[in-house]
Amino acid sequence: MATLHFSAAILAATILLAGCATTEGPVAPKPAGPNLDPQVDSNPFPSTYKALPSAPTALVGATIFTGTGQKIDNGTVLIRDGKIESVGGNISVPADYDRVDAKGKWITPGIIDAHSHLGVYPQPRVNAVSDGNEATNPNTAQVWAEHSVWPQDEGFNAVRRGGVTSMLILPGSANLFGGRSVTLKNVPAITMQAMKFPGAPYGLKMACGENPKRVYGSKGGAPSTRMGNVAGYRAAWLEAAQYAQKWDAYRASEGKGDAPARDLKLDTLVGVLKGEILVQNHCYRADEMAVMIDIAKEFGYKISAFHHGSEGYKVADLLAREGICVATWAGWWGFKIEAIDGVAENAALVHAAGGCAVIHSDDPILSQRLNQEAAAALAAGRKIGLTISEADAIKWITANPAKMLGILDKTGTLENGKMADVVIWSAHPLSVYALAEKVYIDGAVIYDRNDKRRQPKSDFMIDRKAGGTE
Amino acid sequence: MQRLIIAAIAVILLAAPVAAGTTAITNAHIYTSAKAGEIASGTIVIRNGKIADVGANLRVPAGATIIDARGRIVTPGLYAAGTNLGAVEIELVSQTNDNATSSQSLSAAFDISYGIDPDSIVIPVARLGGITRALVTPVSGDGDGRELLFAGQAAIISLAAGASPVVKPRAAMLLELGESGAAHAGGARGTAITSLRADLDDVRWYASHRRSYDNGSMRELRLSRQDLEALMPVVRGRMTLIISVHRAADIREVLQLAKQYRLQIVLTGVEEGWMVAHDIAKARVPVMLNPTANLPGSFEMRAATLNNAARLDAAGVTVAFANGDGGHRAREGRYNAGNAVAHGLPYTKALAALTSNPASMFGDRNVGSIERGKQADIVIWSGDPLEPLSEAQTIFIAGESQPMTSRADELAKRYKTLNNPYPPAYKN
Repeated sequence: MATLHFSAAILAATILLAGCATTEGPVAPKPAGPNLDPQVDSNPFPSTYKALPSAPTALVGATIFTGTGQKIDNGTVLIRDGKIESVGGNISVPADYDRVDAKGKWITPGIIDAHSHLGVYPQPRVNAVSDGNEATNPNTAQVWAEHSVWPQDEGFNAVRRGGVTSMLILPGSANLFGGRSVTLKNVPAITMQAMKFPGAPYGLKMACGENPKRVYGSKGGAPSTRMGNVAGYRAAWLEAAQYAQKWDAYRASEGKGDAPARDLKLDTLVGVLKGEILVQNHCYRADEMAVMIDIAKEFGYKISAFHHGSEGYKVADLLAREGICVATWAGWWGFKIEAIDGVAENAALVHAAGGCAVIHSDDPILSQRLNQEAAAALAAGRKIGLTISEADAIKWITANPAKMLGILDKTGTLENGKMADVVIWSAHPLSVYALAEKVYIDGAVIYDRNDKRRQPKSDFMIDRKAGGTE
Repeated sequence: MQRLIIAAIAVILLAAPVAAGTTAITNAHIYTSAKAGEIASGTIVIRNGKIADVGANLRVPAGATIIDARGRIVTPGLYAAGTNLGAVEIELVSQTNDNATSSQSLSAAFDISYGIDPDSIVIPVARLGGITRALVTPVSGDGDGRELLFAGQAAIISLAAGASPVVKPRAAMLLELGESGAAHAGGARGTAITSLRADLDDVRWYASHRRSYDNGSMRELRLSRQDLEALMPVVRGRMTLIISVHRAADIREVLQLAKQYRLQIVLTGVEEGWMVAHDIAKARVPVMLNPTANLPGSFEMRAATLNNAARLDAAGVTVAFANGDGGHRAREGRYNAGNAVAHGLPYTKALAALTSNPASMFGDRNVGSIERGKQADIVIWSGDPLEPLSEAQTIFIAGESQPMTSRADELAKRYKTLNNPYPPAYKN
C-alpha cells in the first residue's frame, strides 16, 4: 500500500513536471539554451578558493606518518608553491626555505573528516540555523548541502585545531536521497564558494534503514518500511535513467523536437549514473548494505562508501571486493537498534579484510579528535589479535577518507606534487596528549597554536571572553 | 608474554573467586587517588573484598595469590559521574528508556533505580573501559504542557558482573535550570527560578504541616504529595541536589539560591564555570563537567572552552568528569580526562576527577581510592589509562575479578574470520 502510494506520488510528480514543460514551452529557447541542458553548466557555484600566502618551507626533524602506510624517523618535508615537494629521511634543505624545527614532533597529512555537518548544523545549534535535513520529501536529490553551509560556524575553527584540513559536508539522513554533499577546505572564509575544494567531485547522500522510514512513516507517508525504502530508491533510479535517455535522445536529434524539462533532482541522480557524483550512503546494517550493492548494480552506479556502517565488519569481505569504504566510529554504538551491533573493532576488521576503513565523526566535538578515535579503533583491533601498524591506522583519517571523497589524487598523503595539507603534532598523533601545533593547507599556515596571529575565530565568537573555543 | 601471564592468572581467578582468599598485586605503579598519592612501585593486598593494605614496601602475606603487575599502572576503578547506564538500553527504542518521566504528577519522586536493567548489554562495555561505579541520573522529561522542574532521583550502581547493580537508590536529586529549566517552567528563566523558590517554600511548609495536608485543611500545593515527600531530604540538606546549569550568570544565581535555602548542591554542565570559578570555589560547591565540551552549542555556553576543568581546578573547585553522552560512550570518559590534561589539568587531578572526587561528592565513601579499608575496586592497565591505545587488563570489583569481555567483543570475534562453511550463527 505504502509502495503504491509512493509510486503514485512519483507518477503525479512526473505528470506535473511534464505539464510545466508544456506551459513553459514558449519561454524556453528552442533548442535548449545552455542553462537548460544539464550537461552545459554542471558547476553553477564554482569554487573561488585561493590558497593563503605561503613561502617555501622545510619541516625538519619530525617523525612522519606519510599517510601511505609509511613511517619516517627524523624526516623532512619540503613544501613549495603550496605543494609537497619532497618527503624523506635524507633531504637537504635549500637555503631560501623557511626552516621549521620539528625535532621531537610528529607530522601527518591533514586530517580529513569524511562525515561532517559543519556549517549545515552550525553552532549555536538553534532551529533558525538548523539547515541539514530537507525533510519534506523522501527524495530531495535536488538540494545541495553547500547552500546551507554557514561559513561563520565556529566549528570549522575548532576542528582545525584538531588537525582537520578537509571535510565532506553532508545533508542529513532523513531522506532516501538527502541531496548533494560538498567537499570543503577548512579555511576561514566569507563565502562557501571560497571554501570549496577545487576539483573535488560532488557526492550524493543516500540513507538506508530507520531514519527515512521513521521520518515519513510517522507522517503517514512513504516510505514507512525498509521495503518501502528500497522501492523508493529503485523508482528514483528508474526515473533518472529515463530522464538521461530523453536528454541523450534530444541531443542526438540535434535540436529537433522539444527539449526535455530540466529537473534538478534528476540532474543529480544522472550525475551518479554517469560516475561524476559519488554515492555517500548512510547505512548501518550488513544485510542492507548487500541490498544497496545490488541496487547499484541494477542501475549501473557505484557506492563510494557506507557511512556509519556499524555492521561493516560482518560483510568486510564483500565490501573489500566491491571497493566500498566503510566510514565509521570506534566508540559510538547502540543509540538505535540498527547500531546495536556496532563494535569498536569495526574499522580494524574492515582493514584486516583488505578493505578501506575510515574513521569519521558526524559530530563537531569528535571531529576535533579523530586521531584519538583512530587510536581507540586500533587498540580494539589489536585486542582481538589483529596486527595493524600505527602508520596504517593513520590512513583511516587521511588517505582513506581522501579516497572515498575522490580527492586522493590531490591530498590525503604526503607525496610529491600533492597539496601541502600537513599537520605538525606536539606528540604521537595517536596519543590523547597530542595537540596540533601547526596546520598547513596548500602550504599556508592556517593555524599555529603558538602564534596568536594565526588563530582564526569566527565573527560569532567576537567578544567572547573564552578567546575562542580553544 | 607479560600479557599471557596476566591472562593465565585471570583465568585462575575466574575459576576460583578470590574474595575468599587473599590477593596481592605486586610491582604496581599505583595511583591511589588518596593521600598516599602515587606509589611508583608498590603492592596492594586484597582480602574479603576490601583493600587490606597498600604501600611501597609491603610484605606479601603467605598463601596470597600474586598478580605481578610488572610496573603497570594500577588505579581505583573509574567512577562515571552522570550516565544512563542500565537505564537506557537503546535511546531510539523508547520502551528501553527508563531515565525520564513525562508524568504530569511525578517529578522529584521519579526514582530511576527501579528501571535499571542488571542484564544491560551496555554495562559490560563500560566496565571494560575500567568503570566500576556510576551515578545513574534522570533527565527532564517533556509532557503535554508539563511544567515540573525536577528530573527525579539518581541511583549509584556497581558495574560488577552477576550482582544486583543498585547499591544506593535515591542518592541525589536532579534539577535542570538555564534554558532547559526555562523550557520546563513556561519559557523563561524568570519563571523557572520563581517556581523553584515556590516549590522549595512549599516543601518546607509541607514538612511542618503534614497533618494539615492530610486532613485537607491546607492550601493547594503545586507539587504532588510524592514530590513533596521526595524533596524533604533536599530542603533539609540531607540529599544532594545536582543542578544542571551552564551560563556564568545562571551559576551565580544558583549559588545564591543554594546558600539562601541551605541546600547541598553539585553543579553539572558548567561550561562557563571558569568565568565564575572563584564564586564556585568559595561556595565549596563541587562540579561535574565534560572536559571536551568546548563549542558554543547554545547561547548559554558561548564561552565554553577546553581549559574549563583546568581553570576550575586551579581555583580550588572539586571536579568530577561526566561525559554527557549517556552510557554507551561512558568508556570514553578516560580519554576525555586525557584531553583535560592536554589542556592544563594536572594528571593526578584528572584521575581524581574520574575516581575519588565523584565518590566523595555523592557520599559514596567506600570506593574511589586505593586505601586500606576501602572496597577493592581496582584496575590494572596496559599503559596510561587516559590513552586510547591503553586498555584495562584486569578489573576487580569488591575484590572479585571481572570477566574481560562483552557482547560487543564476542560479536567482533564471531566475525573475525569470514567465509567459513557454516554461517557465523554456528559460532558459539
